[in-house]
Amino acid sequence: MSSTFIHTLTSFVFKTFVITEFELRKLRHDFTELITRALQPALWLLIFGQVFARSGMMHTGNIPYLDFIAPGILAQSVLFVAIFYGINVIWERDLGIVQKFLVSPTPRSALVLGKGFSAGIRTLSQLVVVYGLSMLLGVKLNWSPLALVNVLAIVILAATLFSTFSLVIACIVKTRERFMGVGQVLTMPLFFASNAIYPTTIMPAWLKVISHLNPLTYVVDALRTSMLAGSASSFGLGLDYAVILVTTVILVLIGARLYPQLGV
Amino acid sequence: MISPVVEIESLTRRFGAFTAVDSLTLVANAGEVFGLLGSNGAGKSTTIKMLTTLLPPSSGEARVGGFSITTQPVEVRRAIGYVPQAVSVDGSLTGYENLLIFAKLYDIPHREQEERIREQLEFVGLTADAGRLVGQYSGGMVRRLEIAQATLHRPRVLFLDEPTVGLDPIARDAVWKHLVDLRTNYGTTLFLTTHYLEDAESHCDRIAIMHMGKLAALGTLKELKASLGAGSHTLDEVFVHYAGTTLDSGGSFRDVSAERTTEQRLG
Repeated sequence: MSSTFIHTLTSFVFKTFVITEFELRKLRHDFTELITRALQPALWLLIFGQVFARSGMMHTGNIPYLDFIAPGILAQSVLFVAIFYGINVIWERDLGIVQKFLVSPTPRSALVLGKGFSAGIRTLSQLVVVYGLSMLLGVKLNWSPLALVNVLAIVILAATLFSTFSLVIACIVKTRERFMGVGQVLTMPLFFASNAIYPTTIMPAWLKVISHLNPLTYVVDALRTSMLAGSASSFGLGLDYAVILVTTVILVLIGARLYPQLGV
Repeated sequence: MISPVVEIESLTRRFGAFTAVDSLTLVANAGEVFGLLGSNGAGKSTTIKMLTTLLPPSSGEARVGGFSITTQPVEVRRAIGYVPQAVSVDGSLTGYENLLIFAKLYDIPHREQEERIREQLEFVGLTADAGRLVGQYSGGMVRRLEIAQATLHRPRVLFLDEPTVGLDPIARDAVWKHLVDLRTNYGTTLFLTTHYLEDAESHCDRIAIMHMGKLAALGTLKELKASLGAGSHTLDEVFVHYAGTTLDSGGSFRDVSAERTTEQRLG
């Protein structure tokens, strides 16, 4: 292993964290964002969740419906927050900030991953909200330290994945108007073609196939396995992690190639 | 001794059928204040984007600080600083934080970071405002912070795209004072585009005028004036002679909108 390779790698990791650090510093200056975001998971759990649980229409095996959707709603709120992350990048492009970063000797992949990672840490507030509501509603959570560490890691990785996806879209569409349109069009299909609010077993065959290609399904499966006491994984936690990580790496590589186009 | 620091050789950039920069060849020397003039759409910004490695050329080559923009972009990036026309500092961070992030990205050794940032803040007169959010800065302060940020790593060449656009005369003078000091203190070469002829007249050592992607004229102000023949000529006359009197057709909606936005934010 050559020393230049090690140097490149340490530099990449360091620069990634520099980008993340400053994205998070911005958050420190404006807290309102965190509070307004808490509303959506609350609506889904308190209204949608309660009503559907009472209807008894969903067959979720040996776990109650509310318990079943709590991890699904966490995954959903991570998706919804992360998928609009790209709008910041378009904003930075309309100013001269993207250009400034691109003219610095920072690896493009570090710029992309650093931003994605900061989105990951930002969504941790959703974790707190969903756990709080779940406790209120009597969901049987798994409080073992290992389970909590898993939930934390999955939330950060999932948000990194979807915010990088969002950044890739931003690099392609380049304007705020088009981005908002595409964002709206993408979120609902991703959400509905997943196991977030109903099990894949009740899906028609075609939808089942799509849901198995949807990274959100693996995020939900991993969260459900780790968050709930006595819930078995459909795919195995190993496969869940593998799908999430590989998808993220691919998206970061695509993003690193497309990001410089924003500087033009 | 004159040594070239920006060497442009047949640099060309096409966008589809449109040729934005057409075989541009020129040299800027170390320690020079080099002004690129021309009407909207003449190819000034496209040239700067190629020299700063933001945009790959369609053909031709340029060397900046001795490095090729096509084969050594990372080395070029280490050698240059860039102040884009649009606002390039982050309004949701403090002035100090805006400098700190670039100190880290440019690998300024940890021990030297604080000292360097302090020097830069003092240089542009923002020491007292370092802890305030940049969103609350005035236009002139923003530009000064951008200059401090772009020269934190002591680049050999500083590229500036319309550095004084949208600033009032006092703020403009302040910005120019710092730019001239940069050259005096560190020998930084300034390579800039401007619309303001009076800026070019009073501050640029040499001026290049671009017209429809091509180099129309190049020289010192005196040489350019003399090139028009006998009698005294103003820079305005020189500009009209070389850049044409026709109303411009260039400049995309996005460029104009970015410029207006910048003016609003800085003004």
